[in-house]
Amino acid sequence: MSIFRRLFGQKESSSAQAKNRLKLVLVHDRVDLSPGKMELLKDELIKVISKYVEIDSDGIDISLSRNNEQSQLVANIPLLEVRHK
Amino acid sequence: MSATVITITSGKGGVGKTTTTANLSAALAAQGKKVVAIDADIGLRNLDVVMGLENRIVYDLVDVVEGTCRLRQAMIKDKRLQDLYLIPAAQSRDKTSVTPGDMIELTNQMRDEFDYILIDSPAGIEQGFKNAVAPADRVLVVTTPEVSAVRDADRIIGLIEAEEKGPGDLVVNRLRMDMVRRGDMLDTSDVIDILAINLIGVVPDDENIIVSTNQGRPVVMSNGSTAGQAFRNIASRLNGQNVPFIELKEESSFIKKISNFFRA
Ligand SMILES: Nc1ncnc2c1ncn2[C@@H]1O[C@H](COP(=O)(O)OP(=O)(O)OP(=O)(O)O)[C@@H](O)[C@H]1O
Ligand SMILES: [Mg+2]
Repeated sequence: MSIFRRLFGQKESSSAQAKNRLKLVLVHDRVDLSPGKMELLKDELIKVISKYVEIDSDGIDISLSRNNEQSQLVANIPLLEVRHK
Repeated sequence: MSATVITITSGKGGVGKTTTTANLSAALAAQGKKVVAIDADIGLRNLDVVMGLENRIVYDLVDVVEGTCRLRQAMIKDKRLQDLYLIPAAQSRDKTSVTPGDMIELTNQMRDEFDYILIDSPAGIEQGFKNAVAPADRVLVVTTPEVSAVRDADRIIGLIEAEEKGPGDLVVNRLRMDMVRRGDMLDTSDVIDILAINLIGVVPDDENIIVSTNQGRPVVMSNGSTAGQAFRNIASRLNGQNVPFIELKEESSFIKKISNFFRA
């Protein structure tokens, strides 16, 4: 069946989808921070940081991850350099 | 003797807690242990019918807790095995008729007499779950290889750890190897990878479970079913034996087709 799937250019198997979706939903469940709330957090974070430095808003990436049994909020916020203006 | 209290729980309903409790109790008793199974699903009593002891109920868990009867009067002896007993749940009461303290007291009264006290927890994370987990020395978390059940199992594992009963052991129930092979069911390794807890058993999806429930005779009481063997293995592992995991096979689809043809 998986060969069939590959031959006809179908996407990943439903079990792989299940696994990926579960991993993501559990990261949010475990810290009780829904994806919607994370969007709000992201907007507010941008506002606060922008008070002090200029942000390259296109490159912002904020995500939840788990490393070594510890949940982390990882924010990658590129800054605009003054000499580029 | 000092009993080990084992609570069987899941979070999500209908994943096989009662089936697991009935079969592990019977398997442990068949291995020569003295076992009592307690149905803590008050209001939705089921362990009695799955074990086939429903016709002999007089008193129940709530009667014991409220002092309407003595503990011994509520214990139903299974005549098919040497040392297997059931304390049924009350059917017309609710979960708040028993407290976690009551459960601890009740199990403490039985610890000297039994090797194992198994508690069938209700689904959910409310009082019924708390009652069931309060006296536990070990917790078994049952899940099926489905997104919703695994998600709830993760929540339960967190709660068990918070109650300092954790991390618990996982039973993956109703696995279908044909679907796993097709890429349409999470495999045991995926579930373990996600939940990161110890695996104590894998039980296949097996028609014999339904037949055995029809008959009120746990599958471990008969030979020949894979599910029965899987439950017997879990019982041995609870007893501290190191039993290898059976390799679950799918029925060959050719044979299946032929047998379906003749059945139809
Ligand atoms: N391995 C299996 N193969 C086939 N059917 C199964 C298996 N395990 C459980 N079942 C069936 O699934 C149904 C639910 O099982 P069970 O009552 O044990 O779940 P439960 O977790 O106790 O449910 P509840 O949350 O309502 O208490 C039953 O009809 C049972 O026969
Ligand atoms: Mg049940």
